[in-house]
Amino acid sequence: MDFMVFQYPMISVQACLDGILLGILFALIAYGMALQWGVMNIINIAQGDLVILGGYIAYFMYLFGIHPAWGVIVAPIIMYFVGVGLYKLVINKVVDRDLFISILATFGISILFMQLMNFAFGADVVLANSGYGTTFLFDSAVVLPNSKIFSAFVSILFAICLVIYMKKSKLGRAIRATAQNARAAKILGVDTEKVYAATFGINAALCGVAGALISITFTIHPYMGLPYTIRSFMIVIVAGLGNLPGVALSGMGLGVFEEFADYILGTEFRIGAVFLLLVLILVYRRFKLSRKREYLK
Amino acid sequence: MKINKIILSFISALAILLSTSAISIAKVVGDKIILGSAISLTGKYSSNGVHTQNGYNMAVDRINSMGGVKVGGKTYKFEIIYYDDESNPKRAAQLAERLISQDGVEFMLGPYSSGLTKAIAPVTEKYGVPMVEANGASRSLFTKGYKYLFAVLAPANLYLDVAIRTAVELNGGKGVRIAQAFEQDAFSQDVRLGILDAAKETGSEIIIDDKLPKELNDMAATLVKVKQMKPDVLVVSGHTKGALTAIRQIAEMKVDVPMLAMTHCDAAKLSKQHGKNSQYALCASQWHKTLTYKDDFFKDGMTYAADFTKEFGYDPPYQAAESSAALLVFKDAFERANSFDQKKVRDALAATNMQTFYGNIKFAPGGQNVDKPMVLFQVMCDSAGKCENKVVAPLKWASAKLIHPVPKWSER
Repeated sequence: MDFMVFQYPMISVQACLDGILLGILFALIAYGMALQWGVMNIINIAQGDLVILGGYIAYFMYLFGIHPAWGVIVAPIIMYFVGVGLYKLVINKVVDRDLFISILATFGISILFMQLMNFAFGADVVLANSGYGTTFLFDSAVVLPNSKIFSAFVSILFAICLVIYMKKSKLGRAIRATAQNARAAKILGVDTEKVYAATFGINAALCGVAGALISITFTIHPYMGLPYTIRSFMIVIVAGLGNLPGVALSGMGLGVFEEFADYILGTEFRIGAVFLLLVLILVYRRFKLSRKREYLK
Repeated sequence: MKINKIILSFISALAILLSTSAISIAKVVGDKIILGSAISLTGKYSSNGVHTQNGYNMAVDRINSMGGVKVGGKTYKFEIIYYDDESNPKRAAQLAERLISQDGVEFMLGPYSSGLTKAIAPVTEKYGVPMVEANGASRSLFTKGYKYLFAVLAPANLYLDVAIRTAVELNGGKGVRIAQAFEQDAFSQDVRLGILDAAKETGSEIIIDDKLPKELNDMAATLVKVKQMKPDVLVVSGHTKGALTAIRQIAEMKVDVPMLAMTHCDAAKLSKQHGKNSQYALCASQWHKTLTYKDDFFKDGMTYAADFTKEFGYDPPYQAAESSAALLVFKDAFERANSFDQKKVRDALAATNMQTFYGNIKFAPGGQNVDKPMVLFQVMCDSAGKCENKVVAPLKWASAKLIHPVPKWSER
């Protein structure tokens, strides 16, 4: 245990800001998960692997001399089609089935993605350099890499666009209708098959954006997807399915929690603390979510 | 019932047939000495696994084309049976069993990484199969009393020892304040133990001692502490992830520290991935091409590097060089033993005392190489942003002068 974080108030400020910026990025991944969970009742274990794949897209752009920030435009476009393809191949066979079937199916996809990425891109840890520099606050006592600020900003932008899209567009309305009652939506003329495919595509696209951002703030490796799946799963469990402000808040909360756990318990327990929190929350909520489908507002 | 019996007897007949035919593929067939190796061609260690394999193959070709191995007046050639261990220790142990009991291999080459070597060593030990390994540096490998394990590389606890001693020397012999962050794996924890020993001996103080998780991609918290406590040396070991993450975040957070030492810089291609941001980082390395060790097969480091690049299209990392050296050790031992008896070869290996392009090789009773110091290189960049690794310590091999203390970010 180390309570340095409380002895130096500026470290607390640093931890909070780091956590919030990180949390916003997590929230974006979680929002994708909440969306397809709400609409299709599928828990996507491969969420983190889609994120990493998005990261590789940005990384390859960087290798070819394109600034990796453009990855936040290109990665979601490519990932959308990956998502739709994945839906057509596998997911459509497990929609409306037992939750465990979908967990198993996406678990399989996750392993497949890891191995394929390892095969295609190699086992090296890679990253893309944005060259964004650093922001100093409070007389240089707090330092924030601009790449993290950029990530948070882009995540918020995408989240806002998505909310507007869901509210205003025809497809958005169809998605919400399907989430509320798939059968009724179908009777009223919504092509639910198309809605499902689009939802999974949108989720993959959000993962693509997040992956591109992770490649410029952290590192990318074929086997690094699982922690992102766990985090987004947890955020969704805390926030509930249809609650975007809730997802954002619980994302930031998780980010700050992680940072403080890092300072107090030590970096080695950072992910451990997240798992512990997940268990506590699951116990607290008594698996309510797996029994009852919630509406996507 | 009858059918079952027939099937059963058929299967057992087949099994007997297979087992006898397997044994007939023995270790030395005609003029070939067959070595076995489980190696990571897929999975998370695949890039270093491939470096290891390339190193082995290059040495096999070289030794074979330069006259092979002379035992009992006859000339033999090396051949290696590889199996992919998928970077998985359990699989590696199974494959070692298979190589020995099914393929009849009597001499083994090591896999990549300490973890996998740890998984294989009990198997080779059980069968009394001599194994020369080049990529398992963990100290715990050499304290188990293994008799058939020989490592051509320096053990992990020596990796960054020289960095601490250099820092103390530059501090006028007074102890320094050390901040360290190590991943939670066998190798990095051994490096950490080495630092603890060095700190104790030099009267240095460890002021930050962080452990990093396996899923490490953020060490901002450690770096904030470093900013606050201002240590003299920051030591990081977390494989390529650790090296890349540390450099990225140190540059982004503008952390000023007089000396930064780490492992796995060349495997992480630091200077390529980070360019000027990686400047002044000190890296522990088993080998560097500019070292002036010599042998008859590869001449010296520079020639080895040039030949390797010609064949495989990239600069050899030390993982490849040490793997090539393992074959040279085997050849030397076979010729001195003048026999293929496992016990005799084992004794010849234990008595090895030779120089290769990779370094001097002489094994301690535990199996580790005690005759080859680690080197430290520093990433140095020119004004055009082209970066190179230059050996700076130990002084005997230095090709450039150590830049210390590292200039502050505000002055770069």
